[in-house]
This record gives sequence, structure tokens and C-alpha cells, in this order.
Amino acid sequence: MRIFDPHIHMTSRTTDDYEAMHAAGVRAVVEPAFWLGQPRTSVGSFVDYFDALLGWERFRAAQFGIAHHATIALNPKEANDPRLLEVLDLLPRYLEKDGVVAVGEVGFDSMTDAEEKVMVRQLELAGEHDLPVMVHTPHRDKVAGTRRTLEIVRQVGLPPERVLVDHLNEKTVDLVDDAGCWAGFSVYPDTKMDEDRMVAILDRRGLDRALVNSAADWGRSDPLKTYRTGRAMLEGGYTDDDVDHVLWRNPVAFYGQSGRLLLDDVVDDAGDFAGNTLQRGEPLAPGGSQGVPTAGSEG
Amino acid sequence: MTAEERLAVLVGEVRHDPAALPRVSARAARVVGRGPGLDGRRIEDVARSRLLVAACETAGPDVAADVVAGQYAVGDADERRAVLMALPDLEELGLGDGAVPVVLDALRTNDTRLVAVAMGPYAAAHLPADAWRHGVLKCLFTGVPLASVAALDARRDAELDRMVRAFAEEREAAGRDVPEDALRLLASADH
Repeated sequence: MRIFDPHIHMTSRTTDDYEAMHAAGVRAVVEPAFWLGQPRTSVGSFVDYFDALLGWERFRAAQFGIAHHATIALNPKEANDPRLLEVLDLLPRYLEKDGVVAVGEVGFDSMTDAEEKVMVRQLELAGEHDLPVMVHTPHRDKVAGTRRTLEIVRQVGLPPERVLVDHLNEKTVDLVDDAGCWAGFSVYPDTKMDEDRMVAILDRRGLDRALVNSAADWGRSDPLKTYRTGRAMLEGGYTDDDVDHVLWRNPVAFYGQSGRLLLDDVVDDAGDFAGNTLQRGEPLAPGGSQGVPTAGSEG
Repeated sequence: MTAEERLAVLVGEVRHDPAALPRVSARAARVVGRGPGLDGRRIEDVARSRLLVAACETAGPDVAADVVAGQYAVGDADERRAVLMALPDLEELGLGDGAVPVVLDALRTNDTRLVAVAMGPYAAAHLPADAWRHGVLKCLFTGVPLASVAALDARRDAELDRMVRAFAEEREAAGRDVPEDALRLLASADH
């Protein structure tokens, strides 16, 4: 089973988790920028957080044979703190980086005006930087929040196939499917979604445009929930190819729209990854502006 | 267009406006290419290094250290590696010791992609002795081959040999392997 976890907060996890994930077949992850449990009080701590997502965490993941990508945004909870609004000014710089495969997590927490304003601005930024968007749906008043989110996406004018609406359940999945967006499911030990419910939803709506993630973080969560969902699919009569469709090809297709997936080091077969690999091995002169070095020349 | 031609377009953008460097550097790998090049350096590293050199040349020698520090600050780890690689090429612009803080920052990380490049020719020429010795030791600790350390034979001294010997003894006392590079260095110290 090869697995791409499209939503997991690895900065909150240990190296044991990385080892267990690799052993279970996880070869790629996307880590969305989010709330850290402890509210932040300054823009500077976001700079360090975003840098860590693109620097240390990617390096750490690579040590365990896992390709690490990120989505960058001001999260819904902290969008309510006026001290942090300047984070929006940082985003254009980060949204140009390699391995940043979407704007996210954006969305609603308590459905305040401040949250809506910040969400709209970030949806616009996704358009400006030609990136897909990863939208979080609220834990409280989820149906109303999902409905309002989809209205806003429509108003901003983003193509629905470039929008992933996450943390869905039986009450919200149809709204998202009808809107033509991608449907994300966070499989948790005992809250948002579980493996058997997940399989039942796939039975009903099919495998296309569905992303299954562990959303593992510092709370009670399990970074192997993607693997366990794959097992549940097999036990429910799905084939290995069906599991690959949901756990690998779907996340590659969604995040591949960024053109910035970095999967070369973890994928052996020469598959087509939505044009994310570019001109490997073409020579460049190391020092000056002309000339092509021969093999073995001094750098 | 070849990779060289695509890079030339980006260099043109930076020469036109050196302030565009962060934006251009961020997308350089996607535009020019990515992966191993012919000389053992990665294509994106070479491209970004040349963009930094172009920005420094355009901005002028007085501010080269500021351009370097600025680009390092806003770069991701790959871009920071390219900044470190470009430092020897900036010597002739009068960079002097101006980029030492950037090298020290890279040596504070545990990211071996940065540590390996930080100990290049610029570090050999400009790092104070204590920082340079700790840089060598950090390479041994983090598994970076000492081949990455420029001018190792020229700069090594009795104090470095003592530190490496102590490191090897600590490893032996713990029943752990001593890196080949450390043994080689100590063997040559005995002669």
C-alpha cells in the first residue's frame, strides 16, 4: 500500500511516528499550517513556524523516506486576533516557495466577520499564486459553516476542482460533492470520522475527489489512520487499485494542481505526477554565466 | 529554451530589479530545473547562486552583505543552501567578513544540507578559529563527510586534533563506532 497523507501535522509528532508511517507505506505528506494549541501573540512566531514547515520538518521527513509538503495560511482561529493580521502580508512570500502545494488551512472556526474577511483574502491569494486551497470546516455548527464556506468559494470565483473542503462527515459530504469541490475526511480515533464510516461513505458516493487523512496533531489522533482506512477498504471488498486510487492517486491529483509536488525521491516507478518534475539533469555552468562544465569539473 | 536560457531570463529580472531576488529565487527551481547537475551540484543550487551573484553585482559592493543576509533570511532551506554556495563567488565584490553571521546561523542548524555547504571555502577564509573547529566537529557529529570542509589540511591545528581525539574517545568509551573521517584525521595527526 503506498500512502499519501494529505493532512497531517508532523511538527507535533515524533520520529517514532515517522518510522511507523514509513513502515505502513506512507511516502508523502502534506502538512497544513494551523493553530498550535497555544495561541500565538506575534507575527514573528508565524515566520518561525512557516520556516520550520518548509525547512526543518521537510528535512526531518526526508530522513525517514517521506516527502514533506506544506500548505500555508493564517488559520481560522487566529484570524480573530487583530495582532496577527499582518501574517497576511507575509503570505505572498511563502506562497511562492517550492513544496507549498496550497493555501490552507483557511475557513471558519466560530464564523465571525474577522474569519470571513481573512478567508476571502486568502482565497484571492490562492488565485494570485495559482495554488489550490485547503479549507477547514468548523467543528461546531458544521453544516451551516460548510454551506457558508461553499458560498464564499463561489463568490470569489475559484474553480471548485481547485478547492478541498476538509473534515467532512455524513451531514456535509453531499454539499461539497454537489459544489464540485474535493471532499476531505479526517479519520480520527473517536471524533470526526472513523474507518468504517469512511468506507460506507465511499460505498455511497464513489472514490473520485475523495481525500482521506489522519489530521494527526498534538491531540488524540493516529498517524496510521490512512493505512487503517486502506485496510478497512480491502476488508470491505475494495481492490488494491481502489485503495491506491484513494490513498495515493487522489492526493497526487489534487495537490499536483500546484505543479509543486516533490515526489522524485520517494517514488521509484516513472509515473506521471501532473507535470511536477521538470527537466532533470540539464546542465548549468556553476560559476559564470556561460559555458557548460564537463563531468567532474570543479564546482 | 534550454535550462541556461531560462536562467538567463531570471537573471535579467534580478539585474533589472535586485529587490525581486526573493521572489525569483523562490521559483527558480520550477523555472530552470531541479536535480543533480553535471558537476555534482544540484541545478537549482547553481541557478539560485547565480541569481544572488547577479543581485549583489547590481546592488553594488557596499550592500552585498545586506543582500546576502536578506536573501538568507527569507529563503527556505534550499535557497539558504544556495546562498552559502554563492559566498566564494562574492569575495571579489568585497563581501569580506560580512556573511559570517549567515554561516554561523547555518552551523547552528542540524540540517546537514546546510551544515555541509556552510563549511566551504568562505568559512575556511573567514570563520574565527573556534567557530571553524566546532564546524568541523559538527560535521563529524552529524555525518557530513569531511570532504565538504574546505582547506581542512591548511586550517587544522593541534586544538582541532585534540577535540577530534576527545570525540573519538567518547565514542569508543560508549562502544560506538568512530566515523572513518575522524580516524583518518587522527591517523594523519600522528605523523
